[in-house]
Amino acid sequence: MMKDERWTTDMGRQTMGGRDRALSLPTFRPSRLLSVTCDPSSIVRRLSSVVLWSPLAYLAVFFFYPLMEIFRLSLAPEGVFDLQPLRALVADGYYGRVLWFTAWQAAASTALTLVLGLPAAYAFARYSFPGKNFLRALTTVPFVLPTLVVAAAFTSLLGPRGWLNTWLMELFSLEQPPIRLTQTIWIILLAHAFYNATIVVRIVGGFWANLDPRLEEAAQVLGADRWRTFRHVTLPLLTPALGAATSLVFLFCFTSFGVILVLGGPRFATLEVEIYRQTVHLFHLPIAATLSIVQMAVTFSVMGLYTRWQARASVPLNFRPQEAAQRPARDWRARLLVALSLGALLVILLVPLISLVERSLATADGWSLRYYGELFLDRRGSILFVPPSEAIRNSLAFALATVGLSLMIGVAGAYLLARPRRGPGVWLDPIFMLPLGTSAVTLGFGFILALDQPPLNLRTSPALVPLAHTLVAFPFVVRSLLPVLRGLNPRWREAATVLGASPMRVWLQVDLPIIGRAILVGAVFAFTVSLGEFGATALIARPEFPTMPIAIYRFLGQPGALNYGQALAMSVLLMAVCIAGLLLIERFRYRDIGEF
Amino acid sequence: MRTWISLALLVALLVACAVPTGSPLPTATPRPAVERPVVTLMTHDSFAVSESLVQQFEAETGATWKILKAGDAGSALNQAILSKDNPLADVFFGVDNTFFGRAIAADIFEPYEAPGLAEIPDELELDPEHRLLPVDFGYVCLNYDKAYFAEKGLAVPQTLEDLTKPEYKGLLVVENPATSSPGLSFLITTVAYFGEEGYLDFWRKLRENDVYVTDGWEDAYYGQFSGGSGEGTRPLVVSYATSPAAEVYFSEQPLDESPTGNILPEGGSFRQIEFVGILKGAKQPELARKLVDFMLSRAFQEDIPLQMWVYPANPNAALPEVFTKFAQVPAAPAQISPAAIDAGREKWIEAWTTTVLR
Repeated sequence: MMKDERWTTDMGRQTMGGRDRALSLPTFRPSRLLSVTCDPSSIVRRLSSVVLWSPLAYLAVFFFYPLMEIFRLSLAPEGVFDLQPLRALVADGYYGRVLWFTAWQAAASTALTLVLGLPAAYAFARYSFPGKNFLRALTTVPFVLPTLVVAAAFTSLLGPRGWLNTWLMELFSLEQPPIRLTQTIWIILLAHAFYNATIVVRIVGGFWANLDPRLEEAAQVLGADRWRTFRHVTLPLLTPALGAATSLVFLFCFTSFGVILVLGGPRFATLEVEIYRQTVHLFHLPIAATLSIVQMAVTFSVMGLYTRWQARASVPLNFRPQEAAQRPARDWRARLLVALSLGALLVILLVPLISLVERSLATADGWSLRYYGELFLDRRGSILFVPPSEAIRNSLAFALATVGLSLMIGVAGAYLLARPRRGPGVWLDPIFMLPLGTSAVTLGFGFILALDQPPLNLRTSPALVPLAHTLVAFPFVVRSLLPVLRGLNPRWREAATVLGASPMRVWLQVDLPIIGRAILVGAVFAFTVSLGEFGATALIARPEFPTMPIAIYRFLGQPGALNYGQALAMSVLLMAVCIAGLLLIERFRYRDIGEF
Repeated sequence: MRTWISLALLVALLVACAVPTGSPLPTATPRPAVERPVVTLMTHDSFAVSESLVQQFEAETGATWKILKAGDAGSALNQAILSKDNPLADVFFGVDNTFFGRAIAADIFEPYEAPGLAEIPDELELDPEHRLLPVDFGYVCLNYDKAYFAEKGLAVPQTLEDLTKPEYKGLLVVENPATSSPGLSFLITTVAYFGEEGYLDFWRKLRENDVYVTDGWEDAYYGQFSGGSGEGTRPLVVSYATSPAAEVYFSEQPLDESPTGNILPEGGSFRQIEFVGILKGAKQPELARKLVDFMLSRAFQEDIPLQMWVYPANPNAALPEVFTKFAQVPAAPAQISPAAIDAGREKWIEAWTTTVLR
């Protein structure tokens, strides 16, 4: 991999000069080559196409079929479609306003998330500094925290009786708290950035870390200043990863639920919130189904536009190992740069997290581990008492199953999309992202209707939990992998094949070391999505396999200082389990995977 | 080769880890050779019962008692309705009188005149056909922060009308009736109290008096309320009449007095009754009846208060000390029939949303 300097500089010129030429580069397609060289292996080919199409089969069974069932029951209970709810929706301007609010708050949240996440992604990608892995794991922790707990942390900082207001009131001897964020749009945007910045840090940062720095160096040698280099070299090269992260963040904010309900309060409603109200509280299934379809249609259109644009943005690249692209932050200038790039994000992330830990330790007798000790005591002999060890074990088991399943499906899906044929990717890609844009409550009710007969009699099976988590997790795997797969220089595979390597060997020795890093990023997201997921699992009828978020909500369901303290203590445990899991995943080494 | 071995090991590990562990539900008793029949109770997330009672029921019947949780009360009921052609469980617990009409209209319950009903007061029995049998009840009412009112030398409001007075401006937190069960209960209370002509006026004045609306009880109580374990700034909240007792029971240090109190004006609280019913098409109808009998038995009824913080339907069931000492039963809760609630619920919620939120 060190030998292809000529290609690299070649590539750099093409990228800077005109992207059209770079696009026409892979004239010699590896897939065709494979079908020629692996002659007797029609079974292998068939097998590989079965594997490639497995994501669609999975979606058909666990996504489209349940959805069709719930839509059929909601919209055509007598077998004839009733257009009345649609007319009612159009006639009432309220739903139009909800759609508008959903869209613009998602766009604004995404912009804020990018502003906070990009500098941090740069620092993580280009510099090595002490505590880097730990800090990066910290950026992912919010992902697993229940909204109520995050709301508590924000309130203890920014609420009317929070640190900041108390301090400001004392400083300027004010009568009223100067900062009022609760139930405003600002707290919604801030919370979305708090939750989703990690998507930018991980996906863009991971891609950036493997970009060849020599392209930038060449530009600077040729006289470009830093800004010009960034605009004309780095940014175009980053575009695929940037697009992947932006689309994920947008979709997450577009279907936001807990943040809007808890932090925004009842005056704000996204489509997802409205679907929940219509389904659960009013049981207006026709309106809920219609809103669900609108939400999915918007998701599909946005992703469709994005896919078309993204196909044009990808260029084959020569990725470099991280060590070659990174330098230690030794001198004060580099350190200052790293500190400034990470600064804003770390303040927004760390301060609430620290305040959570502080609150979980602060008892009436000063700082103690009282609430933690209480977690292990079953005072009421309740069948629903959850020993922390059991909650941790259940959470980890579901998370590991989700990681396994979504990696299998996600990697296959990414390869399917990355195939050089133009055809299926254009509509397949948005389809793979649809689960992220689908209301959890709609899908949960669909499961009840659809999965009730053998062999799919899964309604009350614990297996339904990782199956449902995978629907949310595998699009992350696809998005993390796709930019790298598309950028993978096809000539490396071709060279290996010409030298006599079998397709399996090509995959193991060329593809895997390069996409290994992206697979780990996908694994990180699958792990955290499953670990923190509460909404969808709470809606699935489930036997007693309580996870950590479920235990936290159980404590918050009853009044009393001990309950509240235990909820906070369990949240801190959840953070700890998350960090430990992430550090373990990132240490995972199989040959070169992960090191790249 | 080594690749495949390590891959196989990884897959085996994932599969091994993918079998989660449950609560020690049925495994407490040694497993007999014959397969035990399973009776399934579908319920909401707030359901709780002592482990010893589950074991007692299993020992008495030789069956395994499986508990299936399905979200909050509304979500669980909707799932039961959606699955009525092929029910998920044998027994459903957790329909309250605000959802009573929806449950009866969906026709998902089998009548069963349990012998245990004899001890339960008639006023709790809302279904003459015995499809839904009362198990427990509780009261939704206003809680106040004792320290706040003492410190400010402010009188505690005595009636619902008081809440609209200027001295209580910005002090009250309520839950959204469209998303929260206590919120809906309080809205129904105001309809019963002020009448259909007057309740919106009251809410309009509350809005002018800076009422704070949250979407759920958790955020209202822990996030906005200042009393007891609340972390907020407002000293008045819509919660339950047993909340002050729970504050004592779950306090960090032993307390002689609750940090919060109830405000219980005549007609200013709402009695929430929770019902159990046998689902039509239950696979174990015989065991289902036994389970309903068990839930009405003295042992289960006496277990209810400390597990779910509501009152047992059977007045002869003994109450724990923390209830007799710190919880209050309102003398006169709001009077309104489930039929009236069912007829008005959506209309009230809609009118409330327009008046208070938009």
